[in-house]
Amino acid sequence: MALLELDHVTLRFGGLTAVNAVDLVVGENELVGLIGPNGAGKTSLFNLVTGIYAADEGSVSFGGQALGGRTAHAIVALGIARTFQNIRLFGRLSVADNVRVASNLHRTTGAAQSLVRLGAFRADEAAVARRVDELLEIFHLGRFRDAPAGSLPYGEQRRLEIARALATQPRLLLLDEPAAGMNPTEKAELAQLIVRVQREFKLSILLVEHSMKVVMGVCQRVVVLDYGVKIAEGSPTEVQNDPKVIEAYLGQDRRF
Amino acid sequence: MPKPHLALLVALAVAGLVAASSSAIDPYYLDVLTLIGINVILAVSLNLVNGYTGQFSLGHAGFMSVGAYLSAAVSLFLGPQVLGEHPAAFAEGAFFLGALLVGGLAAALAGLVVGIPSLRLRGDYLAIVTLAFGEIIRVVFQNIDALGGALGLNGIPPYTTIFWVLAFAALTIFTVHCLVHSTYGRGFLAVHDDEVAAAAVGLNPTRYKIVAFVVSAFFAGIAGGLYGHFRLTITPGGFDFTKSIEIVVMVILGGMGNMPGVVLAAVVLTLLPEVLRPIAEYRMIIYSLLLIVLMILRPQGLFRLKAGRKSPGP
Ligand SMILES: Nc1ncnc2c1ncn2[C@@H]1O[C@H](COP(=O)(O)OP(=O)(O)OP(=O)(O)O)[C@@H](O)[C@H]1O
Ligand SMILES: [Mg+2]
Repeated sequence: MALLELDHVTLRFGGLTAVNAVDLVVGENELVGLIGPNGAGKTSLFNLVTGIYAADEGSVSFGGQALGGRTAHAIVALGIARTFQNIRLFGRLSVADNVRVASNLHRTTGAAQSLVRLGAFRADEAAVARRVDELLEIFHLGRFRDAPAGSLPYGEQRRLEIARALATQPRLLLLDEPAAGMNPTEKAELAQLIVRVQREFKLSILLVEHSMKVVMGVCQRVVVLDYGVKIAEGSPTEVQNDPKVIEAYLGQDRRF
Repeated sequence: MPKPHLALLVALAVAGLVAASSSAIDPYYLDVLTLIGINVILAVSLNLVNGYTGQFSLGHAGFMSVGAYLSAAVSLFLGPQVLGEHPAAFAEGAFFLGALLVGGLAAALAGLVVGIPSLRLRGDYLAIVTLAFGEIIRVVFQNIDALGGALGLNGIPPYTTIFWVLAFAALTIFTVHCLVHSTYGRGFLAVHDDEVAAAAVGLNPTRYKIVAFVVSAFFAGIAGGLYGHFRLTITPGGFDFTKSIEIVVMVILGGMGNMPGVVLAAVVLTLLPEVLRPIAEYRMIIYSLLLIVLMILRPQGLFRLKAGRKSPGP
């Protein structure tokens, strides 16, 4: 069943069409890869789904609900979380607080209770703290718990962004180049982690990644964008042998 | 009992003790302590907006004046009817508390009215809008004859005691501390660090800013009420731009978003003019110089022990 559905979606920046009449479907529990050369429109597509930009044409729906006109935070509440290509952690907050603050959608007590601090508030905070610890454990970040997020090494920052996104308890996770800047060992570990998280949290994932090893290793289906247009879609092997895809990557400095 | 509540109780007990022994304290020191308490309320409340939430409000004195005028008006115009000739101390205290709350709530409402449109705007605009608000509200009070016009209000009853001042200073610190030290309140800091990321984890940045603004304005209004019933006379000019700047300086000096530092800065900057009374005319110049030197030498604030580490750029 389709969870995320893009219907002929177009996004323009002035004269530039960053996303051009793209149809895309991500099913429940599916792990879909979104690839394409630099500037193909992958991040723009994420920004469009998450409500940072509004589509100029076409429509996006999630779980049967139209996303058009919703604010970014309302879309998260519906169950779409993301990471950013240029890491956007809360650099001065601790590692644990980065995850904690992302748990706000699932609190049962609010601002007023934070003053009174009755049993319900403390139970709520304890539940949040437990979930935070679980997530930090899964992403091997436990030992950095109290460090400012901005002081973490690069790879850890990328993992923390995923942990933070998961704290919103999404049904769909959008990962924008989560392995960028990692060494081959880290990349392999991350690929395993993504698969594990997808199974354990029963998530759908849309993965943008330049590292073909990662994409081909974990994705069930791959969609290829070039100049905003969807030029191919299929299993990793199908896509890899598609002449249009090879053409698109020709002249790119990236090895396909 | 949760720790902040225990601390609040202890603080209230101390306030009671100081009040009980106030007749033994030199009135001059009592006055200085009162001003310190009022400035702590102002600085700590502004710290929620300018420090933790990372906005830049320049209109704190405006909210203070709303509280000062409204609570003074309640005391002057309703007090005689409600309290009669010789009110019991308890009745007087309860009435004063009511007057202060009226002032605080009016200031909070003003915060809401100013905040809702302007907090959707980015950084610098808020500074300009709040600055304009402070100036406009001053002109408004200057032109309301019922509130004394440019001459202000005189003969405000001396309800402010050291107990109320210390109690509300403690309550302000308590409120801001509790808000910020909760899963909910981490959102203020998240909005400060990165609004786009905050929205991406489901927080509503505008809402957080408005809550910070309204809570902050409420306590500024309380501080204004305490000030009016302490000075016994208020004029529109007493809440001008320089007063707003003074509070901003306390927050910056204390290291924005650093509670102990901001409290300490409020204390030091209240004492400084007392100590430097002979050169009081140069206060604004000294402030400006202090700020410039501080920005260059210690951008993280004078009283922040542990420098906040900044995240690397994207
Ligand atoms: N805010 C913006 N304003 C104007 N143009 C933009 C904006 N964001 C993206 N673009 C342009 O849209 C096109 C698609 O960019 P996008 O970032 O979506 O590509 P991408 O596939 O994510 O590339 P990369 O692999 O380099 O991350 C590019 O030509 C880019 O310059
Ligand atoms: Mg991109």
